[in-house]
Amino acid sequence: MAPRVGVVVFPGTNCEHDVVQAVTWLGGRAELVWHGSGDLGPVDAVVLPGGFAHGDYLRPGAIARFSPVMKAVERFAAAGGPVVGICNGFQVLTEAGLLPGALQKNRHLRFLCTTVGVRVVTSTSVVTGGVAPGTELRIPINHFLGSYVCDRATLARLQAEDRVVLRYVENLNGSVDDIAGIRNAAGNVVGLMPHPERACDPLLGSADGAVLLRSLLEAAASSRAA
Amino acid sequence: MSPPAEAPEPLHRALGLTDDELASVVAVLGREPNRLELSLYSVMWSEHCSYKSSRVHLARLPTAGPAVLVGPGENAGVIDAGDGIAVAIRIESHNHPSAIEPHQGAATGVGGILRDIFTMGARPLAVMDPLFFGPLDEPRQRWLLEGVVGGIAAYGNSVGVPTVGGELTFDRCYGQNPLVNVLCMGALPVDRLVLGRASGRGNLAVLLGATTGRDGIGGVSVLASAGFSGDPGARDDAKRPSVQVGDPFEEKRLIEACLSLLDQGLVVGIQDLGGAGLACATSETAARGGVGMDVDVSAVPRRQEGMAPWEVMTSESQERMLAIVTPTDWPAVAEVCRRWEVRATVVGRVTDPETGPDGRPVGRLRVREGADGPVLADVPAASLAVDAPKYRRPMAPPADLDRRRAGEPSRLAGPSDWGADLRAMLADPSWVYRQYDHQLFLNTVEGPGGDAALLRLAGPGLPPSRRGVAVTTDSNPRWCSLDPRAGVAMVLAEALANLACVGARAVAVVNCLNFGNPEHPEVMWQLSETVDGLAGACSTFGLPVIGGNVSLYNESGGADIDPTPVLGTLGLVDRLAARPPGVGWREGSSLVLLGTRRSAGPDGPHPLAGSRWAAERRGVRTGALPPLDPGAHRRLVDLVAAVVGEGVAGGRPLLSGVHDVSGGGLAVTLAEMAVGAGSGARVWGLSGGAELFTELPSRMVAATEHPEELCARAVSAGVPAEVVGQSGGKRLAVDGLVDLEVAGLREGWRAALPAALGETA
Repeated sequence: MAPRVGVVVFPGTNCEHDVVQAVTWLGGRAELVWHGSGDLGPVDAVVLPGGFAHGDYLRPGAIARFSPVMKAVERFAAAGGPVVGICNGFQVLTEAGLLPGALQKNRHLRFLCTTVGVRVVTSTSVVTGGVAPGTELRIPINHFLGSYVCDRATLARLQAEDRVVLRYVENLNGSVDDIAGIRNAAGNVVGLMPHPERACDPLLGSADGAVLLRSLLEAAASSRAA
Repeated sequence: MSPPAEAPEPLHRALGLTDDELASVVAVLGREPNRLELSLYSVMWSEHCSYKSSRVHLARLPTAGPAVLVGPGENAGVIDAGDGIAVAIRIESHNHPSAIEPHQGAATGVGGILRDIFTMGARPLAVMDPLFFGPLDEPRQRWLLEGVVGGIAAYGNSVGVPTVGGELTFDRCYGQNPLVNVLCMGALPVDRLVLGRASGRGNLAVLLGATTGRDGIGGVSVLASAGFSGDPGARDDAKRPSVQVGDPFEEKRLIEACLSLLDQGLVVGIQDLGGAGLACATSETAARGGVGMDVDVSAVPRRQEGMAPWEVMTSESQERMLAIVTPTDWPAVAEVCRRWEVRATVVGRVTDPETGPDGRPVGRLRVREGADGPVLADVPAASLAVDAPKYRRPMAPPADLDRRRAGEPSRLAGPSDWGADLRAMLADPSWVYRQYDHQLFLNTVEGPGGDAALLRLAGPGLPPSRRGVAVTTDSNPRWCSLDPRAGVAMVLAEALANLACVGARAVAVVNCLNFGNPEHPEVMWQLSETVDGLAGACSTFGLPVIGGNVSLYNESGGADIDPTPVLGTLGLVDRLAARPPGVGWREGSSLVLLGTRRSAGPDGPHPLAGSRWAAERRGVRTGALPPLDPGAHRRLVDLVAAVVGEGVAGGRPLLSGVHDVSGGGLAVTLAEMAVGAGSGARVWGLSGGAELFTELPSRMVAATEHPEELCARAVSAGVPAEVVGQSGGKRLAVDGLVDLEVAGLREGWRAALPAALGETA
C-alpha cells in the first residue's frame, strides 16, 4: 500500500493542496489533517505545508504551535515518524521547539518568489536519504521571513552533527551559513525553506524537488514497516 | 462623514449628490429623504457604483457568445471552458484609494476582486495587476510603486492566490493619478455556479466575515467619484479615512468558508460587500431577485461604538459577504463558519415585493432598528441598484486633435546611436513580480515576464482536465491618446498576439476603462470612441465582453490622464502537456519575421506615431496611428496559436522562441528575446531606425531550426514571412543600426528598475 502522508492545515495555510498533489503524483497517499484535531490518524509521515498559519500574526508559527495538532505532531516525531516542515511549516517547527533557530526577515526586507539553486549537504535526513551530497537542485523559494538565524553554538552543533540538509547556491535571503534546510538530531524532523512540491513537474519548469519528496515517501514506507 | 467645517454646503452635496439628483430621489420616494436614505442614494448613485456617465455607452459592447455562461452585470463574467469547468474573470480598479494610501489601497483592491470571483462559486486561481505610475525620478512615484507592490504582495501572498502577471507602465500623465487595476481569474465546476440574488420570503440575510467599522465610508462617492485637487497635503490627504484597511487572513478563512457553503449547497444566493457596503449588497441582491429585504441595522457586528445607522449601511469595511440562507440550513451554515472561525450573523430577512402604483411588484429595502423594530429607511431596492440616473454627457474631440495627428515623428532626425536608445528602453519587471507568489496551486506554466500567463486549468475541487487557460492584460495610453478608437483595437490585437505566443486562442474579454473627468467633453468623447473601437474590434474578432469596470475622475488639478482602457483577455489551450517556447531562442535558430513589413497608411512604411521611441526618446506624442488590418492580424495569430499549440500539446515544437512586436518595436522584441535566451543574434535587411522602432501592428518574431517549414506554413496561411536573422554568439547586431554585447544588455535590463528605485543590489 502507498505510504500515507498527513498534511496539516491551519487556518491560513495555503500550500496544502499542492503538497497533496505532489505526493499523489509521486505515488503516495495524502490526507488533510485539521489543526484542531488532537489525532493525526493512521499516517506514515507528516508535512506541515507553507502558507500563513493564523495569518502569521504575532510571528509566523507563534500561534500555530499552540494548535491541538502540534501535540500529536510532537508525539509522532518523538516516536521517530518522519516530519517535514516546508516554508511556513519550517517556521512552525522552530517555534514549536522541534528544530533549533529561527527564520528572520529576508536580507532586503522584501518577499521573494523565485527559483534558486540549492545543494544537498547530507543524506542523513528523511528528505535526502539516497541523495548524494553535492547534488544541486533548482527549487522555488517563496517567503518574506526565510533568513535562517541561530546562535553560534547552535550553528557549530548543526555543522558538527551533519544536520544542515540543504544550502543555497545563491543565498538571496541572507541565511546564516547559506542554510536552506536543517534536521533534528535523529534526522526524522526536517525544516526546508524551499518548496519541493513546486518542482515536481517539468511542465512547471523544474522536477528537481521530486527527489526530496520521494525520499520522504521511502522514509514513510520504512517507518510504517518498522 | 461630517462635511468640512469651512464649506457649509447642503448635506446632499457634501455626500456627492447634485441638486437634480436630490430632486430625483424626492420623486422616487414622494417625500424628502431622511439622513439615512440620503446616504444610501449618495453611495449607490455615485459614479463608481451606478456607471451613470458610462452606461449609455457601455450598452454598445457585444456581450454574447456560445461559451458565455454569465455576461456583464453580475459579480464576474463566466465562460464554459469545457470538461465541466467554468472560468470566472473580472477586472477592477482601485486607483483613487491607491493614490492616497498605496499599500492599503492596492491590498484592498486584491481583496475586493477575489470576493467578486468566489461569490460566483469559483475558487480564485490567479491575479494580475496592471500598474501605471509617473516617472520614477520623482520621490512620490517611488513611494507609490513600493507601496502598491508591497500591498499587493502582502495581501495576495497571504490570502493564497498567485499573482501571475500584469503590466508596469510609466508615463507622466499618471503623476498625480496612479492607476492600480487588478484582474482575477477563478474556476468552478459548472454545476456550482451561483448568482448574487435573493429569493424566498422569510429567508435569512446572513452577514459573514469581519466586523463593520468606520473605515472606507464614502469610498465610492467622495473618494472614487471625484478628482484630486492636485494640491499636496491639502484636501486630498483628508480623504484618507475613506480608504479601507485589509486583512488577508480574514479573507482566506472567508474564501474557504464560502466555498464550503457553496459546495454543500447551503446558500440560495451570495454577494460580496465592496463599494457602498451593506447598502449595495442588500439592494442589489433584492433587486436582482425581485424581492424586498428588511435589514436590522442593530444586528450588524461592529468594531466601533456609537456608529450611526447610515455609517453601518455605507461602511466599506473589508472581508464581508452577504449570504441568503433558508432558516432550515442556518444551523449548518453556522457550523461551517464556526470551523473556519468566520463570524456569521443574521442581519435581515427576505420579504415579498409590494404592489407598486402601476401594479408592478416593488421590492422594498427597509432598514430597521431591531428585527421588528422601527423602520429607519424605506426605499424601493431597485431604485438604489438599478434606477440611478443615466447621463448622456456632452462630448467633443480635443481641440488640438488635428494638429496632434499631423506631426508624424519618423520625419525627425535619428540619433547618432540607436543602440543607446534601445538600452534606455529596457527594464526587467522582476523587481515587482518576485515579490508576488506567482506559483501557488502548481498551475503556473508561463508566469510573469512572458507574453501571457499560461496556467493548467486545475485547482482543488475541479474535475480533471488537460486543458490550459491563458490570460493577458494589455493597454497603451500612447496609442489611445492619439486615437482612442483605433488605439483600443490595436490593444486588443496585441492581446490576441500575446495569447497566440503561448498557444492559446482568445475566448473572452473584460475591460477596465480608466479615464479622466466625465464632465469634460473631451473625456466623454474619448470614452465613447473607446467603446466604439472596442465594440468593433471585439465583433471583428468574434469576442464577447463579459465584464468590465469604469474608473472616471482620474484627474488632478483639472488635468485628466490619457485614456487608458485596460483589457484582460482570456484564452484557452485544448491540451497543455509541454511548455511554450517563451521569449528567447536557441542558438543557431533562424529568426523569422511574421506579418506585415510595411504600413499601408499615408505616413510612410514605418511610422513612429504613438511609439515608445518617439515619446520616451524625443518627447513627441503626435502622428496618426498605422492602420490595423484585422484580416491579416487574424491570420497571423491563428497561425502562431496553431504552431505553438502543437508543441504545447506535446507535439514536436517547431519554434525555439517567439515574441510579439509591440511597445518599443522590433528593437525591444529582439533585445528581450536575446536577454531571455542569454545569447545574441545577427539581424539583417532593416531599412533604418524607423523600421526598428515602429509599432506597426500584426508582427511577431519566431525562432526556429526549420525556417523552410515555418515559412511554407505561413505562406499557405496567407501570412507574410521572411528570415531576417540568425541567433548565436554574444552580440545582438542589427546590420547598420545596433551592435550590443548581450551580457551588458542583460545587466542594464536587470538593474534598470532597482537603480531607478535607488537600490544597489
